[in-house]
Amino acid sequence: MEWETVIGLEIHAQLLTKSKIFSGASTAFGAEPNTQACAVDLGFPGILPVLNKEVVHMAIKFGLGVGAEIAAKSVFARKNYFYPDLPKGYQISQYELPIVGKGHLDVQLEDGTMKRINITRAHLEEDAGKSLHEDFHGLSGIDLNRAGTPLLEIVSEPDMRSAKEAVAYLKSIHSLVRYLEICDGNMQEGSFRCDANVSVRRKGDSKYGTRTELKNINSFRYVEKAINYEIERQIALIESGGKVTQETRLFDPAKNETRPMRSKEEANDYRYFPDPDLLPVAVTEEMIKTIRDELPELPHQKRQRFMEQYGLSAYDADVLVSSRALAAYFETVVEESGASAKLATNWIMGDLSAALNKENLEITESPVTTAQLAKLLQRIEDDTISGKIAKTVFEALWNKEGDVDHIIEKHGLKQVTDSSAIEKLVEKIIADNPEQVTDYRSGKDKLFGYFVGQAMKASGGKINPQQLNELLKKKLSA
Amino acid sequence: MINKTIAELSKELHAKKISSVELTQQFLDRIKKLDKNLNSFITLTEDHALADAKKADAQIAKGATTPLTGIPFAHKDIFCTQGIKTSCGSKMLDPYISPYDATVVTRLKDAGTVLLGKTNMDEFAMGSSNENSFYGPVKNPWDLERVPGGSSGGSAAAVAARLTPGATGTDTGGSIRQPAALCGVSGLKPTYGRVSRYGMIAFASSLDQGGPLAKSAEDLAILLNAMAGHDERDSTSVDMAVPDFTATLNDSIRGLRIGLPKEYFDEGLDKNVAIAIQNAIKEYEKLGATIHDIHLPSSALSIPAYYVLAPAECSSNLARFDGVRYGHRCKDPKDLEDLYKRSRSEGFGSEVTRRIMIGTYALSAGYYDAYYLKAQKIRGLIREDFINAFKKVDVIMGPTSPTPAFKLGEKVSDPISMYLSDIYTIAVNLAGLPGMSIPAGFANDLPVGLHLVGNFFEEVRLLNVAHHYQKVTDWHTRSPKGF
Repeated sequence: MEWETVIGLEIHAQLLTKSKIFSGASTAFGAEPNTQACAVDLGFPGILPVLNKEVVHMAIKFGLGVGAEIAAKSVFARKNYFYPDLPKGYQISQYELPIVGKGHLDVQLEDGTMKRINITRAHLEEDAGKSLHEDFHGLSGIDLNRAGTPLLEIVSEPDMRSAKEAVAYLKSIHSLVRYLEICDGNMQEGSFRCDANVSVRRKGDSKYGTRTELKNINSFRYVEKAINYEIERQIALIESGGKVTQETRLFDPAKNETRPMRSKEEANDYRYFPDPDLLPVAVTEEMIKTIRDELPELPHQKRQRFMEQYGLSAYDADVLVSSRALAAYFETVVEESGASAKLATNWIMGDLSAALNKENLEITESPVTTAQLAKLLQRIEDDTISGKIAKTVFEALWNKEGDVDHIIEKHGLKQVTDSSAIEKLVEKIIADNPEQVTDYRSGKDKLFGYFVGQAMKASGGKINPQQLNELLKKKLSA
Repeated sequence: MINKTIAELSKELHAKKISSVELTQQFLDRIKKLDKNLNSFITLTEDHALADAKKADAQIAKGATTPLTGIPFAHKDIFCTQGIKTSCGSKMLDPYISPYDATVVTRLKDAGTVLLGKTNMDEFAMGSSNENSFYGPVKNPWDLERVPGGSSGGSAAAVAARLTPGATGTDTGGSIRQPAALCGVSGLKPTYGRVSRYGMIAFASSLDQGGPLAKSAEDLAILLNAMAGHDERDSTSVDMAVPDFTATLNDSIRGLRIGLPKEYFDEGLDKNVAIAIQNAIKEYEKLGATIHDIHLPSSALSIPAYYVLAPAECSSNLARFDGVRYGHRCKDPKDLEDLYKRSRSEGFGSEVTRRIMIGTYALSAGYYDAYYLKAQKIRGLIREDFINAFKKVDVIMGPTSPTPAFKLGEKVSDPISMYLSDIYTIAVNLAGLPGMSIPAGFANDLPVGLHLVGNFFEEVRLLNVAHHYQKVTDWHTRSPKGF
């Protein structure tokens, strides 16, 4: 039996405002519990919400970024349910009339092809607080610092057909919101999170299967794992004669499985109705135009330009545009060095990325500046050092040993390009290895590498490889 | 002194014929002596009052004053007052002390009023008789066996009994106007959005509006001057210029077009109340007004629409009283559900519980369209009725309440008949219009209120029209025997 997977994502992006969506309290992460919650966030009697206009601006930016309709009038509603970390007993969210309507995003898949994922809507809402169940000796602690933090919930159509597609889409949204500077994208701190609606059906069926909603997946890797686990679970269930129940399931990364949430927690009738404390949000054509004019170059536009302007492959372009800072780093290095885009790409996506990953640093935190990397590439291109030696220089740069030329000088890494010096060395190696020379000359071509190795070893790797090859060939065949 | 209006007291204070401390002490003494019989106050703030009064006297000495400097005053216990218990008439908030002042409280404080205390009310402003208070019913000073009306019954009774020259109230379906009528005082519910709701504990957010109660229309104008105006902390407060409500009180009302809705003089109306209202209308004719019959065809639907919308909003507004952060919490909860269930059922009285249940039902999946949405449509129709009526008339008049004050306990077991006592006032809240009640005589020795309804943001006209009536009548100066 062939199965088809159907996936839709609900992404919650925490908006990068200084203050909360309906109060003046700070949104900074990591403060002492309940120190960043004012009377409004605590739901005190008599308080009223006042909309932070910044969130409207950010939602419109997102809407324009995915080519969506922006509603001239959107409405905040109350989603009513009881939970200790929900101070008012309702969450203010947009329900029937969201600010962002239908849009779409073209996503690059692993094989390089593009796929259009349709976006149903995106709406504004407030976050709840946090319940802390540990360390309270059978009681629960409530931290309301997060209560009232602005969120943009981005709902996709069920357009994805594999966990990999879902991750590709999630990454594209992740990159977009950071380009737009409306979300920091930090998944560990929970400022970018997603729920996945997953179902399976027999290939060719027109009706969707029963879906489950997966929660608590806070990294790209977990999204893939959780969805794949769920696909297998659903297929196994149906193939053994069972039926998928529509339910919410939590992903447990430790056990790599999904488990149903207690049904009580989801048996809610939210009794949505328009919040009478807030006026409808009105957006004018003029506001939209102003925001449109301020939009930065978006990831898909930049990717296209990188491929055309720098001749990059789709894959390289995709990686480089994944963050605005990385793309800017790349462009600065190319410009400052005058080196080929390919060389810059290889260094940035190779040694630099590896080093950053190893120390868990962002490109903006790189110890190697664009100016330093540009200089390094220049020294490779003007044959001062070989590509191999450049790795040593890079390491020294990483360790903040100073300027590129200073490092080359200090460690004596300058490439030997003086042909008489190289000739002398080649002659010495031929003289020192008579047996190998004989073998080589009698047809053992593979030994050529041996001579290169000996020469490099003797010179500390500083000989210009091209010149060495030419001279070796000439002398050995003489 | 105690029978003087705020306008008169202000003159006395400014002429230094009496100090604010002396005046305040007089009212405090009266409250301590007489309120035992009325129960109109929940909290007496004697120390605050005397401190405020001292400050006011200093202001008067300096000459930096407003017409309200040094005037003793009371707030309905629905307005949050920093450091002072704000109970909303409920056991739920019996232990609650607000960490901040409501905007209305701040504004009246800034204007120099002296806070005597917080007045009794129906729990969470739900009621028409003040019998739903956790602190016991308020008595009507005109007849201690009768109710003062509600929910601002404490404020109305206290003003009537001369325990305070003025007080705040809130009006969701008639809660300022009906008790004003039943206690023989003047009360104004401003246009929705005219007065900030910040710090006014919400019952039904789209209907709630704070306003003043006092002896005269002139006093209401003085108080509204201090209370009204845009508040950036309340998104529904309207950002428009606030006129000086006292400036136009004496403008001529010759040619005023008064509309009398047929529907307000129906079979449910007490005969003697009807006579009093007809006499008041005649008085207006003498003042040069013309009378026009009008129709408000959808008004018959206002009670059912209101009793869907107000409970729907209340069911959500009162969800925050869950025993988690503040207010009443049950003893030794077994688990979270037990905490919620017991804290809420112990903390709320029966009328509040009834309305939460009605509202929850009306918003439930499968019922929302049939109840909530339909009620919203009716609300639109009611509003249309008024908009059409105001094309032909300047002010709409009628009785504030179909009967004078009824006996304590009379309607407790019959919620529908209780709800009907707001039959003339509720539509005004649904439309968002300003409304007033002023004393207009007596029926069976009990005060009768004349109901005046104006067009949106035309409080100026209402006050002007009411003031003229009070210049030629003395109903508003009458005080109950024994007070």
